[in-house]
Amino acid sequence: MTRYVVKRLLMMIPVLLCVAIVIFTIMYFAPGDPVALVLGDHYTEEQYIQTAAELGLDKPFFVQLGIFLRDTFLRLDFGTSYVLKTDVATELMARLPRTVIIATVCCLLQIVIAIPLGIAAATHQNGAVDKLCVGLAMFGISVPGFWIGMLMILLFSLKLGWLPSSGVQHWYSYIMPCVANSLMGVGGMTRMTRSQMLEVIRSDYVVTARAKGVPERSILYSHALPNALIPIVTYIGTHFGRSLGGTVVIETVFGIPGIGYYIMSAVNNRDYPIVRGGVTLLALLFCLVVLAVDILYAYIDPRIKAQYENSGRKKKPRTPPKAKKEAAANG
Amino acid sequence: MAKTDGSTVVLREPLPDNRTWRDGTLGTVICQFTRNKTALVGLIIILALVLMAIFAPLLAPYDYAVIDPINANQSPSAEHWFGTDAYGRDILSRIIYGARYSLSLGVLASLFGTCVGVIFGAIAGYCGGQVENLILRICDIIQSIPNTLLCIVVSVTLGNGFLPTIIALSLYSIPEVVRILRANLLSLREQEFVEACRAINCSNLRILVSHLLPNSLSPLIVSFSLGIGMKIMSSAGLSFLGLGIQEPIAEWGAMIAGGRAQLRYAPHVLIFPGIFVALTVMAFNIVGDGMRDALDPKLRR
Repeated sequence: MTRYVVKRLLMMIPVLLCVAIVIFTIMYFAPGDPVALVLGDHYTEEQYIQTAAELGLDKPFFVQLGIFLRDTFLRLDFGTSYVLKTDVATELMARLPRTVIIATVCCLLQIVIAIPLGIAAATHQNGAVDKLCVGLAMFGISVPGFWIGMLMILLFSLKLGWLPSSGVQHWYSYIMPCVANSLMGVGGMTRMTRSQMLEVIRSDYVVTARAKGVPERSILYSHALPNALIPIVTYIGTHFGRSLGGTVVIETVFGIPGIGYYIMSAVNNRDYPIVRGGVTLLALLFCLVVLAVDILYAYIDPRIKAQYENSGRKKKPRTPPKAKKEAAANG
Repeated sequence: MAKTDGSTVVLREPLPDNRTWRDGTLGTVICQFTRNKTALVGLIIILALVLMAIFAPLLAPYDYAVIDPINANQSPSAEHWFGTDAYGRDILSRIIYGARYSLSLGVLASLFGTCVGVIFGAIAGYCGGQVENLILRICDIIQSIPNTLLCIVVSVTLGNGFLPTIIALSLYSIPEVVRILRANLLSLREQEFVEACRAINCSNLRILVSHLLPNSLSPLIVSFSLGIGMKIMSSAGLSFLGLGIQEPIAEWGAMIAGGRAQLRYAPHVLIFPGIFVALTVMAFNIVGDGMRDALDPKLRR
């Protein structure tokens, strides 16, 4: 098991290097001149050359890339922001918790709301409860979260005055962003849980359990649910990983100074160090979450644990193909 | 496959999963799909939206770009059904024209992503070995960048406009399609009919294009049709952030963004475009679900 984890951690290094190179290259070719943006409207040619040299933008592409990779991966130094002149790593660390709070709360909401809804839908298949749950899930995955967010601001902040419309001063500032951001995840997860449970409920061992008179409750929670859990855990994991970078729009709506908002404004200012550092950091977090999910599999399913332990040279698909297919089909 | 079984001759063995030989053909799929009432409703909504987009100049009561400051931020009324925005433009007309962009962006981005994904997925799944490994690692790299950020960064680099937005939106779905198709080909390429093709000296390309791909079409169609809704939603999000398709073109996401400033006194400016985004995405999702139920015999009940 330890060997497997170490191997996976080592495999992460080339992926992260490539992410860094890709993001560097894309931003390098982005239109817009960061030097001109730093200097503003009026500047002389000497000033321009001097600033370009200060920011290291006068060097050729590969030299810049080399310096960036060396600083990021060997010195863990994400550089200094062009416009704000602050240390990028410190800023990222200051903003990360806010984004992580939103992503975590969304994750918890998914588990608390979506799994029961999905189970209820599956056990009452084609009944009124099922129709209601499926309808709610469809609503969740179809309505743009940022739009619902603004409607919530309109109702709860502007009309009723219950919640602040922006900022992160109080814990209750997070209520609306979290709800708006979790709609899609909750909807998708309800659908996923329902389809997984339906598949499991039809299987032979559930029929056997029923035949020998196991109470329905215990069939559901100790026979069916654990077997349906793997794709659900995959979904939660990937969704959490994506939420870390995917809250940009929600953060913009609610004015939350999180990591996505920070990167977004840096993209507009062509503040390359922030974009590169931020995206690399988020990619690292995403890889770690995926790894954590894969380790979690081992505790859910002993078969997978055995697979990890005697995986010498044999390649293991990261997710069971079925789970992947389901995840893709459910958005 | 004729088989003598005592005195009777069984011409066709029943396939597993209680499937008959007609299952999976176009007729059955259409039949299955039309039996699904919800999916039909979704399809009707989509058709209505498509017609609305095509006949936008005839349907729209006003020009979508004419600025009329005197009538700015008017509430819905008999003249302006959905009211007017901050520049006095008729919101209903802008929504009708906006359907052109949202629908074509969604369909084309999903199509582009699926096509590119199919090419690489087919190569990975059929060739195997180092090529497969390389393609899968590239997929890993793309997927470890958060998709919204990837979309934003690519969109900034390629610029605002129709084609760049399609590329930015579809980039993220390519790895998903690659993985779906590869997983499918992995099991298909071991089956007897491929061996039979080899035996009669079919070329690799022919096996791939005329035997393997048609057999893995249904998951691709499902991922394509469910992808459309997601792409429409992402394109609205992108326009909302000020990227992708922008003013003065009527795009639903950009219209929602435009309504943000006067949320307090003119909420209708952002409410109506949002309803249309939600409706369109929902219709495509419902149809996508219907397609999946019709194409996947395992879910049929």
